[in-house]
Amino acid sequence: MKFLEDFFNKTRPHFQKGGKFERWYPAFEALETFAFTPPLTTHDGVHVRDSIDLKRTMFTVIVAMIPTLLFGMWNVGYQHYQAYGMEMSHLDYFMFGFWKVLPIIVVSYAAGLGVEFLFSVLRGHSVSEGYLVSGLLIPLTMPVTVPLWMVALGAIFCTLIGKEIFGGTGMNFMNPALLARAFLFFAFPAYMSGDIWTDLSPEAGHAIVDGYSGATNLVTFDENFRNLPSPADMFWGFEQGSIGETSVAACLIGALILVGTGVGSWRIMLSCVLGALFMGYLFNLLAPASMPNHAMHTPGYYHLLMGSFAFGTVYMATDPVSAAHTEKGKWFYGFFIGALTVILRVFNPAYPEAVMLSILLMNVFAPVIDHLVVEQHIKSRLKKSKLSRA
Amino acid sequence: MATETAPAPVVEKKKEPLFSKKNIRTLRDPLDDNNPITVQVLGICSALAVTVQVKPALIMALGVIFVAAFSNLIISLLRHSIPTRVRIIVQLIVIATLVTIVDQVLKAYMFDVSKKLSVFVGLIITNCIVMGRLEAFALGNKPWPSFLDGIGNGVGYGIILVVVAVFRELFGSGTLLGYQVIPQWAYNMGYVNNGLMMLPPAALFIIGLYIWAQRSWNKKLVNVS
Repeated sequence: MKFLEDFFNKTRPHFQKGGKFERWYPAFEALETFAFTPPLTTHDGVHVRDSIDLKRTMFTVIVAMIPTLLFGMWNVGYQHYQAYGMEMSHLDYFMFGFWKVLPIIVVSYAAGLGVEFLFSVLRGHSVSEGYLVSGLLIPLTMPVTVPLWMVALGAIFCTLIGKEIFGGTGMNFMNPALLARAFLFFAFPAYMSGDIWTDLSPEAGHAIVDGYSGATNLVTFDENFRNLPSPADMFWGFEQGSIGETSVAACLIGALILVGTGVGSWRIMLSCVLGALFMGYLFNLLAPASMPNHAMHTPGYYHLLMGSFAFGTVYMATDPVSAAHTEKGKWFYGFFIGALTVILRVFNPAYPEAVMLSILLMNVFAPVIDHLVVEQHIKSRLKKSKLSRA
Repeated sequence: MATETAPAPVVEKKKEPLFSKKNIRTLRDPLDDNNPITVQVLGICSALAVTVQVKPALIMALGVIFVAAFSNLIISLLRHSIPTRVRIIVQLIVIATLVTIVDQVLKAYMFDVSKKLSVFVGLIITNCIVMGRLEAFALGNKPWPSFLDGIGNGVGYGIILVVVAVFRELFGSGTLLGYQVIPQWAYNMGYVNNGLMMLPPAALFIIGLYIWAQRSWNKKLVNVS
């Protein structure tokens, strides 16, 4: 590490005021703070310093995403060889997925960080680490067959329209990674839905097995929920879907890491689950008996296992910037996400990815929820003070 | 916007030239500094609706220019004889007459375009830009400046419409005015038309980006909001 430190120390004067590359200071600062704790000290007053800064927080989220990423890679290979009816070793599955997923991640980071660096230099603010998380979230929400230039476009859209236009990390009112996915979903529907979930690059000497269908369980769900895979398969994630979304188990490991370190809010996760269960079982009660195959008959807990519910709840809804900020507000925010997801899934087959849309919608409403909670708190305090005075 | 301007007191000045500095400003301000869409944020509805392709956007822009200019002119001519309490209905009658003329001309000479646009042409009546200019300008100014103001605002509206439509048609269907612009080899390489551009929200994105760009080149606007 010594040589790195020397390198930074030697090049620093060039980037500081009056140096050759003064304009590029934000870029330099970003790289330096990424490698070392900055040598800055506060000049006046006493401040409490915590070792958990933005960089560590973001890094914790990335660590929490690793289980879904690894499982996603394995599953990409597994689904691919399944479609050709081939039995391979687990390592083969994983390596196939690894080489398919890696380019998507690289492109996503390159495009997004490129925009971020450009803006930090133009605007003179420092590069923030928010994109480290978004840049990994975007590939995890993509089908593996997505063309790379679309990933790049989505990443650029995410940083530009999702964040920079509002003033950078921490100012965005919607989850940028989800925004990228929503953008691609509406811009290129043929590449984001339908039979595109498995990589079908040809295998010499093998043909696609009969009866192969490239649909995710959400499409099956809309046709006839009785054809869904078994709950165990859906829980472990041996099914088709976006790279990171299939395995509830992997998401649960991530949730443990997030909740254990205090980075993600357990209130939001729990209330999301409660909201979905409430709506799911409410529909079970209301379901018309004359139509035994109607989606309303789906057992309530299925909604937790299907599609990207777990992924969205753990990694997307808990985004500290775009979620509700008050503790009470978080309960409402999460509950509505869960409930809306189930409503959209059951009644609107046109948008199978209901989790994405309901989280984005509740992102928009989060400030209103916070406002109402605060107002209500003020009112109750006023009432109390009047009572005690009287 | 709606100010109850009493008719300006008639003070005889020496004759102004037709294109005095002031008149030129009346004409030019709405193009950039005081653009009806990006600065006053009026007429957004039709900007979302008719900008999927360039051709309807152009025709819509021409229609609004015509209506805005002549309604301004007519109201300005009548401004001393309109009782203030019924001025809105008088303005509406004038606008509605002009809009009907536009609609009939379209139906007579460009029937297929008129089928697409007729709803929106009818809605020019309620376009806030036209009404706003009558209230804010024509009621208190002489006919010639009012006429120029109408043209200026119509063109300012039209510019945004055409810019938005160019982007939406180019990226949404790969054409401009119906001609293929994005070459076939691009599609063969894997390029795909952007379906979002065909949906109204795309116009909001583009108008937003335009406002962003406009405010970075025109520093006068930065403190407006």
